[in-house]
Amino acid sequence: MSQASFVGDTVTAVCRDARDGAIYAGQGLGHWGVKMQRSRDDGATWEELAAPAFPAIEGAESHQTKDGKPWPMRVEQLWTIVASNASRPGELWCGTVGGALFRSRDHGASWEFCRALWEHPSRAEWFGGGADVPAIHSVCVHPEDPDDVVVGVSCGGVWRTRDGGASWTLGGKGMFAAFMPEARKFDTAIQDPHRLAQCDAAPDRLWCQHHNGAFVSDDRGETWRSIDVPPSVFGFAVAAHPRDADTAWFVPAKKDEERVPVDAAVVVTRTRDNAASFEQLREGLPQAFAYDIVLRHALAVDATGSQLAFGSSTGGLWVSEDGGDRWSMVDARLPPVYTVAID
Amino acid sequence: MVTVEFTKNLARHVECPSKRVAGATVAEALDAYFAEIPAVKAYVLDEQGAVRHHVVVFVDGAMVPRKQALSEPLSEGSVVSVMQALSGG
Repeated sequence: MSQASFVGDTVTAVCRDARDGAIYAGQGLGHWGVKMQRSRDDGATWEELAAPAFPAIEGAESHQTKDGKPWPMRVEQLWTIVASNASRPGELWCGTVGGALFRSRDHGASWEFCRALWEHPSRAEWFGGGADVPAIHSVCVHPEDPDDVVVGVSCGGVWRTRDGGASWTLGGKGMFAAFMPEARKFDTAIQDPHRLAQCDAAPDRLWCQHHNGAFVSDDRGETWRSIDVPPSVFGFAVAAHPRDADTAWFVPAKKDEERVPVDAAVVVTRTRDNAASFEQLREGLPQAFAYDIVLRHALAVDATGSQLAFGSSTGGLWVSEDGGDRWSMVDARLPPVYTVAID
Repeated sequence: MVTVEFTKNLARHVECPSKRVAGATVAEALDAYFAEIPAVKAYVLDEQGAVRHHVVVFVDGAMVPRKQALSEPLSEGSVVSVMQALSGG
């Protein structure tokens, strides 16, 4: 551990932009709202940028959530910051708690509200999972086509644009929601994907850790196949190998009503054969009295697929240099880890 | 003229010295302040222009209900104090 920034404040999202080396950090300052910070010197100094924000909307003060609570439209949390691809330096996406998606075309200096997604008729069906309002947590930009973007929403399903956000289609067929009445179990507009992960070498292949299971897609999120991830299909985090479409990692927890590792033992589960089989990787991870939960942005893999890192709700941080075969704990006692990025 | 001041806790995040400004209401006084130091605005008001949910405004030492705070009238020499609501932790 060599450096700490924003000590004492909450950082809810972080992005290392491989194109220019900038680091973006989304802060949640409680009383003072959400803030966007950027460093161009590896975190030595930071500058505050304009934070993504809803446009001023007439009558916003009387707006209500799906279940009838007053909610004046405001960005509650910056939840994911994602760099677009190499063809558009300076283009970034930001998903928020509140359910709005934003794009910057100027290295975060300003943010555009993605109105087309917000105004899609099915968006009105979204509701919050673990929060009063829905939230966009995953943004997967096609490596060759920056206008082709898939986003994941809790609870609002899987959405894709092929025209840079001007229009959106709802995917997610095959996902199921046990938290809904039977008649709406397969409703694609209210699914709770906890996290989406894209294989950069084969971007039609997406992996999903969902509230009620784990899924894989071969058509960029349109349809999904349920997969059996031992020791449990519940969890938050998933990472896709950037080069090998058949390899992915999950960090399961017991179930939604018991958010602890199965048998109080931390395990990373890896498939290398497109979910036909899984290995439970435990070497170097705590195997007794461990109550670490790995949140959805807290598992990361590098551009080679060999280095991984994950942090936990109880402040543990582990790294692997061999694709997850062996892990070592970073020597630090951290606050709860929300998000991990690898250079 | 009135005085606008902020909890010292805010100075950790953004420079916000006390200032004397013109204004017949809290909204006018804050607008005048933000015109001088724009960076403070997003810490106090949300994007819809409302006082943030866990920010509380006092006028001359009296707490003003959040939803009425911006229209609260001021007198010559009033002091507007922007504080953290304990409801926010």
